[in-house]
Amino acid sequence: MSTATVQAPPVVAAPRRLGHQTVHWDCAPAVIASASIGGPMEGAGPLGAYFDTILEDNRYGERCFEQAESKILRDAVRSAAGQAGWQLAEIDALLAGDLLNQIVSSNYAVANTPLPLLGLFSACATIAEGLIVGSSLLEAGVAARVVAAASSHHEAAERQYRYPVEFGAQRPATAQWTATAAGAIALGVPDPAATAASQTSGAATGVPRLPRLTYATIGKVVDMGIKDPYDMGTAEVPAAWDTATVHFQETGRDPAYYDLIVTGDLARIGSEIFREGMRRRGLDVSSRHVDCGVLLYRAEQDVHAGGSGAGCAASVLAGYLLKEMRAGRFRRMLFIGTGSLHNPIALQQGQNIPTIAHAVAMEA
Amino acid sequence: MADAQQQQRWAQKEYAALAAQFHPRPPIWPNVCRAFLVGGGISLLGQGLITLFQALGLDITGAMTRTSLALLAVGALLTGLGVYDEVGRFGGAGAAIPITGFANSIVAPAMEYRTEGLVFGLSARLFSIAGPVITFGILGAVVAAALRWAIVGP
Amino acid sequence: MSFAEGGRGKGDRSGPPSRTMTYLWAFLVGGLICAAGQLLIDVAHIPPAHTMVVMVCAGAVLTGLGLYEPLLRFAGAGASVPLTNFGFVLTKGALSGLAKGGWVGMLSGILELSGTVLAAAVLFGFAAALVFRPRS
Repeated sequence: MSTATVQAPPVVAAPRRLGHQTVHWDCAPAVIASASIGGPMEGAGPLGAYFDTILEDNRYGERCFEQAESKILRDAVRSAAGQAGWQLAEIDALLAGDLLNQIVSSNYAVANTPLPLLGLFSACATIAEGLIVGSSLLEAGVAARVVAAASSHHEAAERQYRYPVEFGAQRPATAQWTATAAGAIALGVPDPAATAASQTSGAATGVPRLPRLTYATIGKVVDMGIKDPYDMGTAEVPAAWDTATVHFQETGRDPAYYDLIVTGDLARIGSEIFREGMRRRGLDVSSRHVDCGVLLYRAEQDVHAGGSGAGCAASVLAGYLLKEMRAGRFRRMLFIGTGSLHNPIALQQGQNIPTIAHAVAMEA
Repeated sequence: MADAQQQQRWAQKEYAALAAQFHPRPPIWPNVCRAFLVGGGISLLGQGLITLFQALGLDITGAMTRTSLALLAVGALLTGLGVYDEVGRFGGAGAAIPITGFANSIVAPAMEYRTEGLVFGLSARLFSIAGPVITFGILGAVVAAALRWAIVGP
Repeated sequence: MSFAEGGRGKGDRSGPPSRTMTYLWAFLVGGLICAAGQLLIDVAHIPPAHTMVVMVCAGAVLTGLGLYEPLLRFAGAGASVPLTNFGFVLTKGALSGLAKGGWVGMLSGILELSGTVLAAAVLFGFAAALVFRPRS
């Protein structure tokens, strides 16, 4: 074994890391613009007014649901870039992902466009992963304009992960409804004057606030023995606990620092378990916790525990949350994307659902 | 390593117990009642069809066969129209177990995989749910028939 | 095929039950079989597709025990409409095949009675999948 004798070169400690999992960015990467698109059901939900576009039907003029998903992702990216005042050719990297095999929705969405793509997969946490990678690219100075985006499509995802949608199977109370939606967030480093202006702005001046990304905690994969693909919220809670706890430890912050702690998407039952577990850890979040899967639909929309899917967290963040943040409704938000990383083959082989959570702190 | 695995199993057990406190119990009796009503209702419809076919002059064999065919067609049609999944959502097993549910299990995947072509899409998926039913039906029939033959005789 | 095999025979000799009673029993027996299936789903946590498999096997077992034919005579559509009946026609075909031609006869007999339903299922399924698109 000759390799064993080779001395590894010494590694220099990363300057922008706090503890084992948390990073911070000094360049103040900020959300320049964001756009979201929702399907008909999402449009009929309580956040309908926050979508830039609401589809009239789930096919969006395409011949199949998968192509419709590519189209909504492409349109969300175009819309975010347009609102940022960027040409597509000016974007240095698109960080996109979705739920379909080999993240094809993202791949087809940017085929024959000038967008350089870094494809990502963290299931429902994809948008959080995109924000972390994007901000790090900005911080490293290798990109000036990046867009993070994610999408999902109910009919396309259900038949890949569970039963065909027209099969008359009952869904249990823990089941989540894969959202037909996409969200795209344009990130850049604004010049310091603009940042300063937005700090003092608000309702009074009418200048929108500029949500800056300050910290992120990169999640570990957690497997707590849940096997039921109709119970993903419960499967994802331990990952959310882990990442949230590590975030508070490594940043020295406590939950009260944030106006809003958002998970996406634990849904109703998962949210209750999440709050209880955080309380037991001495980190009570209940007064400031909301969940994207709970926010997206009305209780009477027959989605059982709530929404899920990469597009659910992405569209709620890019639509409702960031718009409210720009309007100054809240200043400090911890966004924790949570994802179930299984595939149906692994579950049929008896494996559990592995899950992940990535946290991003945003301040305006 | 064994200790770590043991600990992980304990942690998983503990988590399952905590999570269970937050899971609503499935409304078993309402579900069973609805399954009874829907399943019974479809059977009643079947009985009506048998009576109808008999009134048209068919013997019981012919009447039952045509009833099965009619119910298959109804199940396929309602699945195509996007109605049967709603029946299933309400009736659960009451919609899945009658022969109309068998038709639903055939049409639902075939319809969705139609976009992947006629051979590997539609046709290959016709029996993605019903295939196991046929396979286990034949296996069960062979075992049951062989055992009966061996024990009771012809 | 038949669902009908069970409808004939001794039941005819003892006279058919009154029409009202037949409807009542069809409803009750069909409903009870489905209620049992729902219990498998909700209490035993067997997924719906697996429950369909269990039902067919249950039909085969009941036929092997000689119980399904009497049930068919008694409950009519209540026994012929649920998937348990598919297990019955397969087993019934296997048994009459065995009687006619031994082991090879059994193999050819299995699909003799159930062939009608299978052929129709393929045809109807293919046609419906061609004509309709999944709802959006």
